[in-house]
Amino acid sequence: MSTTTLTPTPTPTRRNRLSKGRLPRWAIPAVGLAALILGAAGSTLGGFSVASFLIYAALLFVVGATLATTAVEGRRQGTNSFFKYLVVGAFLLALIPLVSVLYTVLERGLPGMTSDFLFHSMNGMTGAVDNETVAAGTPVLGGAYHAVVGTLLITLCSTVISVPVGMLAAIYLVEYGQGKMLSRGITFFVDVMTGIPSIVAGLFAAALFGLMFGPSTRMGIVAAVALSVLMIPTVVRSTEEMLKIVPNELREASYALGVRKWRTITKVVIPTAISGIASGVTLAIARVIGETAPILVTAGLANSINFNVFSNWMATLPTFIYYQILNPTSPTNIDPSAQRAWAAALLLIIMVMVLNLGARLIARIFSPKTGR
Amino acid sequence: MTTNALTKPGGSGRTGDKVFSTASMAAGILILVTLFAVALFLFLQAIPAFTADPAEVSGGKGFLSYIWPIVIGTVIAAAIAIVLATPVGLGVALFISHYAPRRLAAPLGYVIDLLAAIPSVIYGIWGYLVLAPVLVPGYEWLNANLGFIPLFGGPVSQTGKTMLTAGIVLAVMVLPIITSLSREIFLQTPGLHEEAALALGATRWEMIRMSVLPFARAGIISAVMLGLGRALGETMAVALVLSTGNLIPSLIKSGNQTIAAEIALNFPEAFGLRMSELIAAGLVLFIITLAVNMVARWIISRHQEFSGAN
Amino acid sequence: MSKRIDVSDLNVYYSKFRAVEDVNIKIDAKSVTAFIGPSGCGKSTFLRTLNRMHEVIPGATVEGKVLLDGDNLYDAGVDPVTVRSQIGMVFQRPNPFPTMSIRDNVLAGVKLNARRIGKSDADDLVESSLRGANLWNEVKDRLDKPGSGLSGGQQQRLCIARTIAVKPQVILMDEPCSALDPISTLAIEDLINEMKNDYTVVIVTHNMQQAARVSDKTAFFNIAGTGKPGKLIEFDETATIFNNPSVKATEDYVSGRFG
Repeated sequence: MSTTTLTPTPTPTRRNRLSKGRLPRWAIPAVGLAALILGAAGSTLGGFSVASFLIYAALLFVVGATLATTAVEGRRQGTNSFFKYLVVGAFLLALIPLVSVLYTVLERGLPGMTSDFLFHSMNGMTGAVDNETVAAGTPVLGGAYHAVVGTLLITLCSTVISVPVGMLAAIYLVEYGQGKMLSRGITFFVDVMTGIPSIVAGLFAAALFGLMFGPSTRMGIVAAVALSVLMIPTVVRSTEEMLKIVPNELREASYALGVRKWRTITKVVIPTAISGIASGVTLAIARVIGETAPILVTAGLANSINFNVFSNWMATLPTFIYYQILNPTSPTNIDPSAQRAWAAALLLIIMVMVLNLGARLIARIFSPKTGR
Repeated sequence: MTTNALTKPGGSGRTGDKVFSTASMAAGILILVTLFAVALFLFLQAIPAFTADPAEVSGGKGFLSYIWPIVIGTVIAAAIAIVLATPVGLGVALFISHYAPRRLAAPLGYVIDLLAAIPSVIYGIWGYLVLAPVLVPGYEWLNANLGFIPLFGGPVSQTGKTMLTAGIVLAVMVLPIITSLSREIFLQTPGLHEEAALALGATRWEMIRMSVLPFARAGIISAVMLGLGRALGETMAVALVLSTGNLIPSLIKSGNQTIAAEIALNFPEAFGLRMSELIAAGLVLFIITLAVNMVARWIISRHQEFSGAN
Repeated sequence: MSKRIDVSDLNVYYSKFRAVEDVNIKIDAKSVTAFIGPSGCGKSTFLRTLNRMHEVIPGATVEGKVLLDGDNLYDAGVDPVTVRSQIGMVFQRPNPFPTMSIRDNVLAGVKLNARRIGKSDADDLVESSLRGANLWNEVKDRLDKPGSGLSGGQQQRLCIARTIAVKPQVILMDEPCSALDPISTLAIEDLINEMKNDYTVVIVTHNMQQAARVSDKTAFFNIAGTGKPGKLIEFDETATIFNNPSVKATEDYVSGRFG
């Protein structure tokens, strides 16, 4: 270490000792470029494929950049940059399935989005019909109208069941049950209920109605009950969170005016929290609308339109997708079924995304004017 | 009664109070009753499977030897999913909370939440038709180079519909759960502790190791447990992706089965004793996931400061 | 073991808002320098720029030079991590790592740099650091207990011990006593008086008596009004600032006639 003068302005030519031992700026991009080239070379050796190229290049880059940093800047900086690359890599890796799923659904689903698909059911669509359309090269017939109807009706029924129960339970937890044994029990089991496998919820509804109406009872309402079991905990949790952030001053102000507790809740507390509750309910609907397993064991499968949830089998979009893929309408020509399945998948994703965006929109637009 | 209370001022409002508080308490109790009813009805409908003559149960050796292989299959699939999803999920959460530019953090969070919003059946058909064929060369490489390990024993499935594929699809599905829970907890790390580490001359990773990870440890464990609960109970991904069969050690061969997929594939055509068997299988699954979730919630409740995480 | 700091033409911005304007100051090695001034005048912000801790706050940027014995902290290629291991910081509220024992808290910074520190070396370092922070006698029997179990004043001295264990050149203190009771405050002030034998100490304080008691030199910062940047008004020997300041605003402030 050289002795330094006490002059306030040092000579500009002297190198800054604090920036000693740092990698030059071009080093990391250079390592990246080298990794890409070597990765391409290594991949070509064993028959080029995009997957192996990306794997090689990523590994080479992480190892190379870490070693370079360690060599020049020391072990601590090396570890630091190693984990930085891992973390960024984890994020990129997580994007791959998301992009792949969305791209596949769009690419394979768009061709099937015909008016025939949207406004016709599978009634009368047999394997023979599919074979004919493939042989003649005409557009695919038959669609998911019945499944859309089933999805909407079943989801509507489960919303009608879940929202009052869920909201009232949340009101009990926040407004009446503070600190009581019962409310702690409910909170705990609501949390546990969020983890019930959806197929078990379906089995429960099937077993319940099986005891009441005989085994193998399949109708829309059974599915709605199954979905309610999944939906209620979500509604309780989100409503509870929203009610909790309503400031106590509002309640006290209302009590001070001589307003009864239940009027305070319905006229002051809930209106203040309504945007959050509504968006929570919308998210809960988005969650159950895509459920497949509980429908399989409760509503069966139908090919025709059924507007009555209290009798006969019903189809929904998820089960429609499932059966079109697993048991194609025509076992010899599976393309029409695949096309219908992907189109239904696209329709389902659009519904879920609209609900998700709707939830955010509701939360933003109707949030109380005093907040934030 | 309620309408009277609405129109009349004064004392009669008391009735409204009573009705309202009773109704809300009843709703709360209904939830508890439902959960117990789930257990009770599953149990009632499952009894025939436990009491039947062992020879009549599928497989011909009684319920235990029927359920055992698919319990193991369920655990294997969930284990693969957790092993793959935990490091990636925590990495993504750290990226969003401590690495990404702050302005991007919230939008990136939404993107990961989108992963959670995609219905499971769509992951199922994606895994079956898109992912499985892509993975076949990788499985062949594993078999050629690591085939001496029973896990990668051949012959490799030519459709890619194997346990490992199912595990990967499950991993994609539980990843957003692990990410969003642990992200919330990472963001709650007190700034004071992060600054203390930085002021000592810690690098970003050292700061994370000294202040963020110790703070978030309980939260991470419970996030992983909740992800595990989801992976154990997930149906469609496995039902569509796995080409089912007997319990085998190899992960890249057709075979194995999970409880949820067993129910979904067979319930629509089941009746009589077979139906009881499947409901009994559902009961077993219910108990397993209940135990996992209760442990997770118990960990969270022991560390109250994390309870606001979701 | 201590270095001087020369600041020239330093401006600090929060996004577009200029929080501190045109600071020029020379802080001597092995001395205690106090920053005083009304709330919001930018003295804490300025202190944080001396070891680049302001970068933790989103949108905060700096222009100008801060020289540590002639080396500019803000040169391209300077790693903030290097800077912070030479210039330590003690915060307003004590912040020991809650999951670590007292011993591990003291060693936290050291373990970053020397992975393999022998047990006896570590023991010596813990003892000398805790003695340096006047805490040894109070905690020597419970080194393995969590640091969060100590009183506020003890926690703050633990944070000081943690800072001096990495043997920095400069120690910055951001209102280290504002969350403490008078007795703990006195203990910290005694400690600061001893520390200037080994370190360059810079302390931000709201308490003018404290500045008068502990510092060799004092800098007075002021702000012209809300939304205006903070400025360094006067910097001189502490005795001069408190008894015979050259600027009217300083005199008003130290005599309590401010505002």
